[in-house]
Amino acid sequence: MLQIEHLCKSFGGVAATRDVSLGFPAGSLTAIIGPNGAGKTTFFNLVSGHLRPDSGRVVFEGRDVVGLSSLEIARRGMARAFQVASLFPSLTAREAMIAAVTAHQRRSWSLLRRFPLDGSRAKAEELLELLGLAGKADVMSSSLSHGDQKLLDIGLALAMEPKVLLLDEPTAGMGPDERWRMIEKVHHLWQAKRLTMIFIEHDMDIVFKYAQVVQVLKYGAVLAQGTPEEIRRNQEVIDAYLGTDHHLALAEEA
Amino acid sequence: MRAGLMRDLLVAMLGLLLLLALPMVFPQPSLRDFLIYVIAYGLLAMSLNLLVGLTGLVSFGHAAYFASGAYVFGLLMQSGAVSIPLAMLAAVGGTALLALVIGAICVRLKEIYFSFITLAFQMFIHSIILTWVDLTGGDQGLRGGIPRPPFLGIDLGEAHTLYAFAAVIFVLCLLVMRQVWQSPFGYTLRMIRDNPARANFLGVNVVRMKLGIFVLAGAMASMAGIIMALFVSGAFPEFGFWTTSGEAIFMIMLGGTQVFLGPVAGAFLLQLLNHYVTIYTHHHGLVLGVVILLIVLGLRRGVADFAAAWLAERRATVPPAPATPEPVKTKAAG
Repeated sequence: MLQIEHLCKSFGGVAATRDVSLGFPAGSLTAIIGPNGAGKTTFFNLVSGHLRPDSGRVVFEGRDVVGLSSLEIARRGMARAFQVASLFPSLTAREAMIAAVTAHQRRSWSLLRRFPLDGSRAKAEELLELLGLAGKADVMSSSLSHGDQKLLDIGLALAMEPKVLLLDEPTAGMGPDERWRMIEKVHHLWQAKRLTMIFIEHDMDIVFKYAQVVQVLKYGAVLAQGTPEEIRRNQEVIDAYLGTDHHLALAEEA
Repeated sequence: MRAGLMRDLLVAMLGLLLLLALPMVFPQPSLRDFLIYVIAYGLLAMSLNLLVGLTGLVSFGHAAYFASGAYVFGLLMQSGAVSIPLAMLAAVGGTALLALVIGAICVRLKEIYFSFITLAFQMFIHSIILTWVDLTGGDQGLRGGIPRPPFLGIDLGEAHTLYAFAAVIFVLCLLVMRQVWQSPFGYTLRMIRDNPARANFLGVNVVRMKLGIFVLAGAMASMAGIIMALFVSGAFPEFGFWTTSGEAIFMIMLGGTQVFLGPVAGAFLLQLLNHYVTIYTHHHGLVLGVVILLIVLGLRRGVADFAAAWLAERRATVPPAPATPEPVKTKAAG
């Protein structure tokens, strides 16, 4: 579905992404982990066309999309949600969802009819229901709780009926309980929509429980990749990222 | 959806009736003149608010299209070759084309850069008007008056008829803008206003949408210019000077950007201050400044926005009275 080949990007003298090659098969659920500054968000920006890589290929459904605008890539079916929820503050959750669906249906130019269009509305209601936001649909996006804002952010991305969904820290800024509820919802969405999903996450327990594949980035390069089990036992990863506490914890388990 | 349209049509009919009835109830010509000013500048401010309030594009050069409408219309009428409706169509079409060319450059820029480049283009057009004396009459404006030959039995040479004509055009234009405001297109513009980067990631072609509304707003502003040209029987370089754009922005600030008819309320207030304060004092600029400061610092938004927020708050605190029909949101002015 999505194949990254030898992707490189530097800002001035700093190499944010170094020769990254990764594959994401259709329907997979992949976690990207790595310490702060490892280049995780930059990687998303490169893949989604927000930044242009210095070299390398991003092959999406068999076609290199490097050089296409973020708009064109989005329209091909790659959607993303953001680390800090990126919403439309003056629209209610419902209005925002309907407007997003309308944009996906290419009916944004519709001038002679009134908002909301029936077809867009039904689709938006369905998504709000799926996300569990139906009860809060008439609340201004800016007044939603942090967790609901993150959900709506993901919902807007889903309005595009994406094939690939990039989630930048879906659980950022949440308390422990809320994190688990959030990731369970995300996992449920992945199953329900049969998406190819890639998410950045800091909470190792979440990563090891839900991801099928884990990619570890460090200083912009791939440090390791494999199943959660493999990553958990990878000495390099333990030294570089998980730290001695985890190491000890694992040793005790063993 | 249908209900919204019916309600808007009803409000429009009532507003039009009110506009037509006012000069009959108060027959002084000065009131009629005052109302025509409110209509022309209200339309200009409303068209600017499609950019400012709906799309978040603060244009400082909107008067360019007001002037373009007035001059193209005036010149065509002076040529004597076309009827009034045809000249109006040509003036609106020509201005839309002008806005398309200028907008194609401007909408690629963001925020303050957008504001500055719209201002620059306006000054460019203003200096063309000033220097092309053979065509435009330079700083004297279009001289010799604009002929108003009767068409379809309508004689705009007659002051009452001219007023009624202006009122009808005004209400029709407001209906068109209301439709834009409530259409899927209008909601997409709100997305762009709130968060253009995200709108782009959701598959919205932000640049093209902005260009679309820029052209539409320009065309609507030209309608305001035509009404003004018809009324004063001429066109003057001041129509395209930055102070005219500034006044339109003042009106929006006074009236508010988020209630649909806010700019009309603002135009009414500003014209009221302009017309009636000058009767009592030479220092009307001072009075104007104080009033604007009071509104900006005191209410922190336009009067219509303030009223709408106040009403919403009241409705939220007072337990909802059943059977009260939902107050019409667009009642700020007729």
